[in-house]
Amino acid sequence: MNGIEHLPPWAAALTALLVFAGAIVTLVGSLGLLRFGTFYERVHAPTLGTTLGTVFIAAASIVCFSVLQSRPVLHEILIIGLGLVTTPIALTVLVGAARFRDTAEKSAQVRGPEGN
Amino acid sequence: MSQLLLIYALVAAQVLLVLAIGCGAVRIFRGPRAQDRVLGFDTLSVNAMLLLLTFGIRSGETLYFEAALAMALFGFVGTVALAKFLLRGEVIE
Repeated sequence: MNGIEHLPPWAAALTALLVFAGAIVTLVGSLGLLRFGTFYERVHAPTLGTTLGTVFIAAASIVCFSVLQSRPVLHEILIIGLGLVTTPIALTVLVGAARFRDTAEKSAQVRGPEGN
Repeated sequence: MSQLLLIYALVAAQVLLVLAIGCGAVRIFRGPRAQDRVLGFDTLSVNAMLLLLTFGIRSGETLYFEAALAMALFGFVGTVALAKFLLRGEVIE
């Protein structure tokens, strides 16, 4: 019940694999946030961490706590569902705002700095 | 033996997630425009939520799960509020 020392070896190995895979995928997504050139490319990269990274690490948590408490512990599905639902909404609103700002700036440049 | 592997994997995962949080922080400080900073904030909050989940696995407490859930919710609300602010100039219309 307390601590990962009581995990059987197969569960420990599975948890270790899932946690490490999730962390690698999340780091790749965040490196993409640094390396891409424009905002509209950059907005794609962190979704790797919010979908696949969250699914891997929450699955590791499900395996670990289910084996430790010897009953199915499924409340990490809440985090997976929340991540999968909220990330597209938030990033769609953000890209809409960025597009609005870009078009407003471009039309201001066409009209000239003094307006009209 | 296998438990030792799990402890090493958890430490390595925490180091990688801290590096990912650092990437988000660099994008917040360096981002050329405001929307880049908001995107960096979103990435940072999601990565911090994943780091809390790995802390929860390490300690065997379910308390960390609730903190991670709250962090996911507040990250979403904060990102949407900042995007609305960029769009209109005010959060509540």
